[in-house]
Amino acid sequence: MMGSENQEGGEAHLQASREEMESLVLDGDDGRDHIGNSITSQSYANYRSAMTTLSSSFAASHHPLSFPTPADSDPLLSPPSPQPPLLKSPNSPKPRTTATDDPHHLDPPSYADVVSNPLDDNIEANGGSESPSQHSENSTSSFSRSPFSSSDYLEIVVSNPQKEAESSKNSIVPGNNAYVTYLITTKTNISDYGGSQFSVRRRFRDVVTLSDRLSEAYRGFIIPPRPEKSVVESQVMQKQEFVEQRRVALQKYLRRLAAHPVIKKSDELRVFLQVQGRLPLPTSVDVASRMLDGAGKLPKQLLGDSRSVMGPQDVVQPAKGGRDLLRLFKELKQSVANDWGASRPPAEEEDKEFLDKKQWLHDLEQHLTNASKQAEALVKAQQGLADTMGELGLAFIKLTKFENEEAVLNTQRVRAADMKSLATTAVRASRYHRGLNAQTVKHLDTLHEYLVLMLAVHNAFSDRSSALLTVQTLLSELSSLHSRAEKLETASSKIFGGDKLRIRKTELKDTIRVTEDAKGCAIREYERIKENNRCEIERLDSERRTDFVNMLKGFVTNQVTYMEKIGIEWTKVAEETNRYAKETA
Amino acid sequence: MIPTQLQRSGSGSTQSPRSPSSQEPFLSVSVIDPAKMGNGVQAYISYKVITKTNLPDYQGPEKIVIRRYSDFVWLRDRLFEKYKGIFIPPLPEKSTVEKFRFTAEFIEMRRQALDIFVNRIASHHILQQSEDLRIFLQADEQTMERARSQEIGIFKKKPADLMQIFKDVQSKVSDVVLGKEKPVEESTPEYEKLKRYIFELEDHLAEAQKHAYRLVKRHRELGQSLSEFGKAVKLLGTCEDNALGKVFSEVGDKAEIVSVKMQREAHHLLMNFEESLKDYVRAVQSIKATIAERANAFKQQCELAETIKFKEIDLNKLRLTRSEKLADAEREYDVLKADGEEATRRFEAIVQLMNEEIVRFQEQKTLDMGLAFHEFAKGQAHLANGIAEAWRSLLPKLEACASS
Repeated sequence: MMGSENQEGGEAHLQASREEMESLVLDGDDGRDHIGNSITSQSYANYRSAMTTLSSSFAASHHPLSFPTPADSDPLLSPPSPQPPLLKSPNSPKPRTTATDDPHHLDPPSYADVVSNPLDDNIEANGGSESPSQHSENSTSSFSRSPFSSSDYLEIVVSNPQKEAESSKNSIVPGNNAYVTYLITTKTNISDYGGSQFSVRRRFRDVVTLSDRLSEAYRGFIIPPRPEKSVVESQVMQKQEFVEQRRVALQKYLRRLAAHPVIKKSDELRVFLQVQGRLPLPTSVDVASRMLDGAGKLPKQLLGDSRSVMGPQDVVQPAKGGRDLLRLFKELKQSVANDWGASRPPAEEEDKEFLDKKQWLHDLEQHLTNASKQAEALVKAQQGLADTMGELGLAFIKLTKFENEEAVLNTQRVRAADMKSLATTAVRASRYHRGLNAQTVKHLDTLHEYLVLMLAVHNAFSDRSSALLTVQTLLSELSSLHSRAEKLETASSKIFGGDKLRIRKTELKDTIRVTEDAKGCAIREYERIKENNRCEIERLDSERRTDFVNMLKGFVTNQVTYMEKIGIEWTKVAEETNRYAKETA
Repeated sequence: MIPTQLQRSGSGSTQSPRSPSSQEPFLSVSVIDPAKMGNGVQAYISYKVITKTNLPDYQGPEKIVIRRYSDFVWLRDRLFEKYKGIFIPPLPEKSTVEKFRFTAEFIEMRRQALDIFVNRIASHHILQQSEDLRIFLQADEQTMERARSQEIGIFKKKPADLMQIFKDVQSKVSDVVLGKEKPVEESTPEYEKLKRYIFELEDHLAEAQKHAYRLVKRHRELGQSLSEFGKAVKLLGTCEDNALGKVFSEVGDKAEIVSVKMQREAHHLLMNFEESLKDYVRAVQSIKATIAERANAFKQQCELAETIKFKEIDLNKLRLTRSEKLADAEREYDVLKADGEEATRRFEAIVQLMNEEIVRFQEQKTLDMGLAFHEFAKGQAHLANGIAEAWRSLLPKLEACASS
């Protein structure tokens, strides 16, 4: 739907020196997620959110362990592709920082545990009973949309977790750091992959890298969020069930990426899935070094060094997470002015349609949260009924056996036979109920999937608002530069200044020029992101309608199918025991 | 409630020998209309007991009296005292939790159980002839109250005593099972088997009843969550437009309808299945009480037999020594002998009755359980079919939406 021109980019190359940094970061990397996350995930793209994203980056910056920026000098990845053909953005050779610290704290619904073999294994419906699966077991998408709606497909399977030891000759932390790798097998017919089936081994850190690079490259897109890190990674990794949970989560994540019409064709994803050995994407460097860098620059910036000016190449990234502290300060100041200042901000979010849509999405999220919660409760209740029915059946089977063994009178045997019929039907009904529940989980999972997507929508909107903030900051900057220039003019006309004044005037003119360019870029970037937003929202709308209809249809159809079967079983027993009804009526 | 054919004579004929051409004698009882009486701590529930009969001893054709739970307890205790060997129909338990004493559900469950209780007595060929039953069914409230309060202290066994008897019986069974012999214990193999059967049966039944009660709860929980889910779905539908929004709304409504069906089935399951199982458990416990009575009677018989033996030895001694005490001793001996015979008679009566009762019990239970199973299956079938039908009606609309 959006232009999918793959730009031929230079292949990314590894940075050996980064490895040392990586191993430094590893053990602590996970701790800070929750702080930044909880703030950013709830805030919408508005001026306030811009402020909080900035402030959370401050919070993060006090933490030695948050998302870092790679060094600026590295010509890393090729420009992100594809771009919407309407807009040419000066794709920065510089890698971007993440717009937000991926708020990933949506846990999978608790009912996923309730049913033992949810998706990939066979559902324990009764032998011979087929539930009309609306939901074919397809691997390209977690939804029930047909995987073959477009002619190209990308199927991903994550399996075979293995522990590997990291040799730590170079790391400061002594000893072996064990980590887990997962085998990622891909089947595709997309031409760029130049191959139809291949496998790589990746670790979770690679997934984080992939996710970060995608966020930078696809600002304004609704990008599925990656699975959470765990707070105490090395300890939790020992547990088999955690590894299994993570494997499932990774598979889901990659499949969601593969289902996104734009991202599935991205270089980042392709490289992740295909390139053997080390992941050739720029890794994130820890904030400590970044902050040191930024802190080092700051004095010069404050003294009016030329690097205090935002250049065009800078503005295409958000300020947050970057090393330009001065820019951060400026934009923070701007957002405060936006919120509390007497006058209106220089440029405003005027798109009423957008604002309405935001409100609507807010409502949708509320209702989704509620519905997802109730769906969990429903599944739990269905499971409870299934289990208790089974237990009742077993208790009666024991009773039957007992009566038969101890029978002295014939009437006892008759009773035992009646009891057995009830018991076996109860056990059978219990199995049907379990099967129904497994299918219900599959269908109602759509609610949860969309809740996860809501987080990604927040991110997309954040991209937009931070780009807007950059524009606003530049506009404010420009207006103050212009007024300084005016003052200089009137001053110079009065005083015979000489060189110093002339130099200052020239410098100011240069600064204004550069800032004008930057403003132009920033505006273009903002428009680009707006367009991305619009297209993505459109896509979300249409996909959502399809998915929701299928969800309801699947849910209702399952109820009908299973209840019919259960009804048949019990009717049989009712008929068998009919004589008792007549006798004692 | 259930008209019962009477057997006035002990032999089981169904016709009164006095009126060969008149209608057959019947005795029909219902327990209805629970009403809360009194206030606060003193409050209790009273029931109307309606007796319809053509029996000469009864004030016919219809008599209504007001009774409360402790009146029923009085009747049970009197019957238990008088008719040893017969399995007295069980009563519903006293409510232990104050909070639930006056809930509609509890009251209904108790009323049903009391109705079944009286009807079982009225249809038992021996018990139906009891004078205590007649008093219970016919006496005015004051007489009843007097009778009830008299019994406390005289006939009323304290629960502790009853428990002790149960414990004795249980320990005796386990002793025998473990091989510890106790002399004063009846131990024919058939009787041992019966005792073991009764005790194990209680365990099995208690477990089944527990699961049945849980199943009722699960139905309620599922009904509740379906209702909540329906509401949530409706809310979600407000975000959608036109056709899709309507579909959401209808799904939500249907979920509510299904929820109501669930609740109804939960109640049906409780009253017609779980209560039947509970009643079964109580009946088995009543049998255990009879087993205790039998053990008691056996003990008495044995002890008397012992005493008589010693007395005989004494007597012979006295005869040999030609003592003056001989006459007295002989008289005592005669009395003892008579007592011994009485004790034996009592014991043997119990044995005889129990044998009959066991057969009657087993046959009755097959019928009771058969009905309970039928109700269970019927209810579940009705529920499942109802749910399928409710959801099915939505399918065409969903299909239309999906294909558009």
